Amino acid sequence: MTSGTPRRSDQPRTPQGKVGKFFDERLTLAGPMRKQLNKVFPDHWSFMMGEIALYSFIILLLTGTYLTFFFDPSMAEVVYHGRYVPMRGITMSKAYASTLDISFDVRGGLIVRQIHHWAALMFLAAMLIHMFRVFFTGAFRKPRELNWLIGLGLIALGIIEGFAGYSLPDDLLSGTGLRIADAIMLSIPIIGTWVAFLIFGGPFPGDVIIGRFYIAHVLLIPAILAALIGAHLALVVRQKHTQFPQAGHTEHQVSGERVYPLYAAKAGGFFFIVFGVLAALGGLAQINPVWLYGPYNPAQVSSGSQPDWYMMFLDGSTRLMPSWEIRLWGYDLPPLFWPTVVLPGIMFTLAGIYPFLEAKMTRDTKPHNLLQRPRDVPVRTSLGAMAITFYMVLFLSGGNDLIAHAFDISLNAMTWGGRIALITLPPLAYLLTYRVCLGLQRHDREVLEHGLETGIIKLLPHGEFIEVHQPLGPTDEHGHGQLSYAGTPVPKRMSQLGAASPLKHIRGFFYPVKEKPEIQAQLDELEAAEVQERDTQHVLEGSAAGSTHTGED
Amino acid sequence: MSNEFEVPSEEELREMTPEQLMIVGAEADGVHIMHRRDRFPLRGTKAEKRAERGVAAAFTLAALAGVGFIVAFCAMPWHWHLPGTPQNFRFFNIALGVLLALMLLGMGVGLVLWAKWLMPEEEVIQDRHDDPSSEEDKIMTEGTLITGLADTGLPRRSLILRSLGLAGGAIATVPLVALVGGMIKKPGNDLVETLFKPNKKLFPESGGRVPIVYDDWRRVSPDDLEPGGIATVFPGVHAEIDGVNGVTSASSPTLLIRLRPGQTVEARKGQASFGWPAHKPEYVAFSKICTHAGCPASLYEQQTTRLLCPCHQSQFEVLKDAKPVFGPATRSLPKLPLDVVTAADGAQYFVARSDYVEPIGPGFWNRK
Repeated sequence: MTSGTPRRSDQPRTPQGKVGKFFDERLTLAGPMRKQLNKVFPDHWSFMMGEIALYSFIILLLTGTYLTFFFDPSMAEVVYHGRYVPMRGITMSKAYASTLDISFDVRGGLIVRQIHHWAALMFLAAMLIHMFRVFFTGAFRKPRELNWLIGLGLIALGIIEGFAGYSLPDDLLSGTGLRIADAIMLSIPIIGTWVAFLIFGGPFPGDVIIGRFYIAHVLLIPAILAALIGAHLALVVRQKHTQFPQAGHTEHQVSGERVYPLYAAKAGGFFFIVFGVLAALGGLAQINPVWLYGPYNPAQVSSGSQPDWYMMFLDGSTRLMPSWEIRLWGYDLPPLFWPTVVLPGIMFTLAGIYPFLEAKMTRDTKPHNLLQRPRDVPVRTSLGAMAITFYMVLFLSGGNDLIAHAFDISLNAMTWGGRIALITLPPLAYLLTYRVCLGLQRHDREVLEHGLETGIIKLLPHGEFIEVHQPLGPTDEHGHGQLSYAGTPVPKRMSQLGAASPLKHIRGFFYPVKEKPEIQAQLDELEAAEVQERDTQHVLEGSAAGSTHTGED
Repeated sequence: MSNEFEVPSEEELREMTPEQLMIVGAEADGVHIMHRRDRFPLRGTKAEKRAERGVAAAFTLAALAGVGFIVAFCAMPWHWHLPGTPQNFRFFNIALGVLLALMLLGMGVGLVLWAKWLMPEEEVIQDRHDDPSSEEDKIMTEGTLITGLADTGLPRRSLILRSLGLAGGAIATVPLVALVGGMIKKPGNDLVETLFKPNKKLFPESGGRVPIVYDDWRRVSPDDLEPGGIATVFPGVHAEIDGVNGVTSASSPTLLIRLRPGQTVEARKGQASFGWPAHKPEYVAFSKICTHAGCPASLYEQQTTRLLCPCHQSQFEVLKDAKPVFGPATRSLPKLPLDVVTAADGAQYFVARSDYVEPIGPGFWNRK
């Protein structure tokens, strides 16, 4: 590459150069492309959740396309003659029969089916945890409220997409779920019966619902999801990533690694790692064994009927709902309406308006690109803990029959426990989280003021024992630290200051790699020069920024 | 920060090394390379070779696992077999999963290690440029928008504005009407009636009353059940009506319960005679479809005489006429009026005296 001769313009000799010229003359790529290659991504483990969701979606598209080659979304009845002997001779829908075929008569079909299902569970889990990360670090604040809303839309649509997907095999479990979905539609005031008949094309179950869910599942909703994901990513590119405060991180810049080549290699590698984990799950962990459930039959149900995890909170809210039915002027408002239509509506609405509500309450109209540590915003963190507790009570109540069975508790006690917990635990979670946040804040201040506990106990001449503290920076005449808190992690252990840890990073897994003496001498020299350079740089930066220097490396 | 970066001239650029060009290009894009260091400043050290071998090992593992996958896919037994026969097909899916995972993880881990171990480490800062648009931009854009609107004349041509609104409304509504109109189905009597509704044409022998059958169409006789026993029964309507018959219709499933001696049901008002025999019911039949969300409430606890719906755990007390006693359900399970008919050959079988007197299944707005 480093040819000494200056390049001539417009006459590329290498094949790559010729390809580049071809495209540049048509698309004028050189400038924009370099800009994208140089785009900077901050590196933090918590930023990977959104990536997992994105990769899971891609894996869903890949495996889902495969499954469409074999799946028949028809409710027409057939008699099964496939390879799974226990089901032979049984009348079932073509949808169920073709799902059995994918599992037993298509070589390698089962693993793709299972990877698809695991990827769906992973997709929603990653989105939810990504949302928690965004919430607790304040990444949703101006200018990113729109992306928060798009993200919420993705979660809501993802839940519907997942439900439509696991309804397709038309097995006993998913058919029961469809039956409940029909009952939920019926429960809507005034238009409920019309909505249910519109969707199901008549009384439940009818013979069109699988076909309709199929086209929604493979075309309609994925197209909207893909568009929303595109918009979500476009906004990330446009607004650039948030980052945690740290020495050298400012509101006006983003620090990290460039796309090409570092971030591309890491992100590309991470895609394969996510895919690999899902493949391992698909091979080793059975998921949705529809052949054990049997085809759907409105007269049958199995105990312990649990939906996929992302629907469990709705199942739980339905179980906990008291038997309150409103009858007014001869009309009926069934109890099912509140926990399945109103409650999720309220939950998503609250989440949607939260960024605007918080900005209004705190009178914060400034844009923010630096994240906050959850402890530094105790009200928000506690509200989040409250919401998660509420959600978890609903989630666990969705499986309260399994818990009752496993721990030999009365089912009715589980229901009552869930009802009480739903009301009492969230406020408790708020109080507890608030106290924990304040405690953590205080400890940060304490360390900054008095230094780190070294674990060294000193006996003073007059008999008093004190623990020696290591100040983090310059101190005043009373020995109090001069550093102020800057929203960054404060070191809490001596090892974080470099104490008792080897000065040099030792390479080698089983034994340290020993270089030849003359090479080692050269390396030591290089390293010494580098350490000195870094130290002088730190001093300069530190005096300029006046903030704590922590979390380096 | 340094927005006023001046790109060197073409001649100067031509003299630079690719790395210098990269740094200059990055600066031109507002990307500042603060720190950049070769992980192995000396080429060919043991540590570097070791790192290189590690990455190569990961990629090799991926390639080998890929080959292994193809071999396993083609060669391993995979046909399902009944228990008792060789079960080695069970390893097929596991092998595929493990090999696929090894291939993908090898690729992924290799890429990540390559970036982390061998590519130069760097710390780069990029300017954000996320200030609001400049005042000049805003003012000019505002002017463009206002002029454009004025050009259309819409603010003063209210006739066009209104008619355009109407046309737009029509264009937005028509597809909705076409789609919804195509899908709409009048609920009609489907939520109120079941196939137990008497039918003189189909069942002349029983005076139109619908025989009660098992899911294999055998008629249900009073002798079939032990005291305390239950059975899931259906209307014996063979004919397909709207694609369903008595056994497959979702509104059909009914629980026939034979009480134990000494047990009596506290009947609802006006339904004391719905069981059989009418004067002192020993058999009662309730809709199996839960009045909460429509799952079959099929777990019958003989000891407590409760029916449990496994979906949301509503519990119905049979002796209180299937009244909900726990959980979210609000209404008793509808009760089917029973009778027994003696056939020409002397066999006795259950019939439904009439349809359910109230809608079965989950509640809805205009439920009577």
